[in-house]
Amino acid sequence: MILYINGEPRQVERELNLRELLDYLGITFREIGLAISVNGEVVPKSKYAEVRLKEGDSVEIIHLVGGG
Amino acid sequence: MLDVEKLLEEDPLEIAGRRFKSRLIIGSGKFKSFQQNKEVLEASGAEIITVAVRRVNITDPNKENLLDYIDPKKYLILPNTAGCYTAEEAIKTAMLAREATGINWIKLEVIGDQKTLLPDMEETLKAAKFLVKEGFVVLPYIFDDPVYAKKFEDVGCAAVMPLAAPIGSGLGLQNPYNIMFIKESVSIPVIVDAGIGSAADIPPVMELGVDAILTNTALAEAKDPIKMAIAMKYAVIAGRLSYLAGRMPKRTYAVPSSPLKGVPYKS
Repeated sequence: MILYINGEPRQVERELNLRELLDYLGITFREIGLAISVNGEVVPKSKYAEVRLKEGDSVEIIHLVGGG
Repeated sequence: MLDVEKLLEEDPLEIAGRRFKSRLIIGSGKFKSFQQNKEVLEASGAEIITVAVRRVNITDPNKENLLDYIDPKKYLILPNTAGCYTAEEAIKTAMLAREATGINWIKLEVIGDQKTLLPDMEETLKAAKFLVKEGFVVLPYIFDDPVYAKKFEDVGCAAVMPLAAPIGSGLGLQNPYNIMFIKESVSIPVIVDAGIGSAADIPPVMELGVDAILTNTALAEAKDPIKMAIAMKYAVIAGRLSYLAGRMPKRTYAVPSSPLKGVPYKS
């Protein structure tokens, strides 16, 4: 299925929850410094294992970077 | 005897019920490395550091991270909404920032113009209202407009952050009267953000009674950012103490400091 991750279409082979998506993308989970929204809704970290992604979902994965 | 530490302890900066010893807040943008940023932070004595919220680069996700260098237990990590041009974008970014930092503080920035990076005050106020209702501690970046500053206080912002000059311009304080009027019009902390060019720009701002200073580019673009951080640490203290001490009145003509009577050889 196709997911839109940070604005880019991305083909994934199987159904994933958010925890699995991070592993799939090689992104280290961190309690502080990471956030994910699915279709515009921010998902709390405690729910990463529950939220399963569907075809066409739009996922934003952000971190904290240097800024003023 | 009076000593600096004691004076500072007796005069903390208080934002939303949280107390800080330092009145200097620094940014984390444009430093050569995270290591340099960390050293600057330590040298500055600042307890609050701003950060930005950005997409993880999914093709190279595990580059070094700022938070490997700056301990969120030791410092308040204040996320901003830089890069947002509408209230809606800023609100969505603030929601992500809250999840990423684990705290509800937000430096609200809604920019209205790319060239000057001046804030869109109408959109900023709209976002501020919404975020306060959502339980955020909102610190909005604003134009040096005392009328608007009051509106931000009225909707429940925890502080206002008027500019000294445009972001990254290093021009120093452009309108001391407006900053003075803002200090008179609100009772929440006034943090002058943006436009500071060097440590020397800070005391005149602090002398107006401003509560704190936020600076980034003046540190990152200094030839020696660590020395500048130390200079700024003392500049903020000097300006604050000078404000508390109270300046003498300004006069057009000279007034002698030594006695007029008893000058030797005078007939």
